[in-house]
Amino acid sequence: MANKVLMKGNEAIAEAAIIAGCRHYFGYPITPQTEIAAYMAKKMPKIGGTFLQAESEIAAINMVYGVASTGHRVMTSSSSPGISLKSEGLSYLAGADMPAFVVNVQRGGPGLGGIQPSQADYFQSTRGGGHGDYHMIVLAPASVEEMAALTVKGFELADEYRMTSMILADGTIGQMMEPVDLDGLKVNPAPEKPWATVGTDCKRFHNITNSLSLVPTELEQQNFDRYKKYDVIKEKEVMYEEYMMDDAEICIVAFGIASRVSKNAINEARKKGIKVGLIRPITLWPFPEKVLHDTVGKCHTYISVEMSMGQMIEDVKLSTECRGKYVLCNRAGGMIPSPEQVLAAIEEANKGGAK
Amino acid sequence: MSTNNYLFAGFGGQGILFAGKLLAYKGLIDEKQVSWLPSYGPEMRGGTASCSVIVSDTPVGSPIVSNPDTLIVMNLPSLDRYEDAVVPGGTIFMDSTLIERPVKRDDVTVYAVPATRLASENGIPTLANMILMGKVLSVMGEYPSDSVEAALGKVISARHADKLDINRRALQLGAEY
Repeated sequence: MANKVLMKGNEAIAEAAIIAGCRHYFGYPITPQTEIAAYMAKKMPKIGGTFLQAESEIAAINMVYGVASTGHRVMTSSSSPGISLKSEGLSYLAGADMPAFVVNVQRGGPGLGGIQPSQADYFQSTRGGGHGDYHMIVLAPASVEEMAALTVKGFELADEYRMTSMILADGTIGQMMEPVDLDGLKVNPAPEKPWATVGTDCKRFHNITNSLSLVPTELEQQNFDRYKKYDVIKEKEVMYEEYMMDDAEICIVAFGIASRVSKNAINEARKKGIKVGLIRPITLWPFPEKVLHDTVGKCHTYISVEMSMGQMIEDVKLSTECRGKYVLCNRAGGMIPSPEQVLAAIEEANKGGAK
Repeated sequence: MSTNNYLFAGFGGQGILFAGKLLAYKGLIDEKQVSWLPSYGPEMRGGTASCSVIVSDTPVGSPIVSNPDTLIVMNLPSLDRYEDAVVPGGTIFMDSTLIERPVKRDDVTVYAVPATRLASENGIPTLANMILMGKVLSVMGEYPSDSVEAALGKVISARHADKLDINRRALQLGAEY
């Protein structure tokens, strides 16, 4: 306990990134994640790193591309409208197979929207965001402790698979303080990066990082290879938490702050004898398809608790082959569902029972 | 096994978030599960500020406190807004210098401390928040205590160590009121 400190989620990301060996941060301020940039501005100069406030989000993501090409651990962070601006760069990073770490502390949208917490960038992040066939590994922390742990994991996954990993958080987890044990974080060193553009010493042919590929047969092959890699990730890297699922007949699916609200509701429902549990995806891509599929026949209703107009619910339906009843329990635009709202949805589903 | 839900509210600049942090750190030092969640918005000094603090023996679920068992308010708009949200049997601590009306509820315990006046009379005009916290902690039976002292050391950074004494004095004033 002695090593635990109280930290905001945003600060925990910044410190964990430094612990993970990130020495290059490029960003542009936007609420509710500006503490990340502020922390980096304070810390990076003291440890020989780079903090650079770019002239725009687009500039920042392309600076990330530049550093990624040299093989160094690098990151940027923003909130929803800023991530839209970065999406071109995210696509280029994917096309060039560059490892990068990106944070989206979501706020209400669309457009400039508001600054209160949201989860409405689920589609954008799990489907890629920019143009072309690609994915990012999308990590959804539900506590400050996980903000730190998944940041380290994000850098490791990015390096291992040469792709972008993204933290998809929201304003609540970014702003809240909880105890976190940073000394307990374990970091795997970055792997060798023979592809990095760090000078040849006149000993080898030069490396190129590029996303332009004008020969369709070659570009097709690149896409095939990338999707083979994605299959490996789907097999090996899925993360989720199960809560009271052993005898559950109603399955709540929720991530991030919505999952914590849901746990409160589940505890209340259990007191009333309702058999309800939670599957909390920690990786949103790859989505925990198998564990959800295994509930088919055991659970009659799936309640997707989301801070959006209903995005993840599509993955819930796909994973369970539409073989249950589906309920969306949501708020949008910066509002957070209350435990009472989720409990009401559970009780309603319980009344309905099996088909 | 218990869970305590606190809601702090007042004007921006009164030290609402700071007071909440003291309690959260105290909980951490007492090896409880804690969360601290500020309201955030396009607000400036003089606007409204609030924060939710949960101190629990079990893992904290939602960090949002909608129905506090303890409400700590430092201005009238905050009392107007949150009075009805307090759970029956709960407790309200308020700065009675700035809140001139009594609490309407009769199913809650009220501690009215003229914190802003005391702060001003004692030459520590910016520490009304800590005077009110002194009352909160003494009612909790936690003042003086080692964990409050340790928490003070955490929320007041080494750079401001010279402010420790006046913060202790403010807590004392509130505790003795």
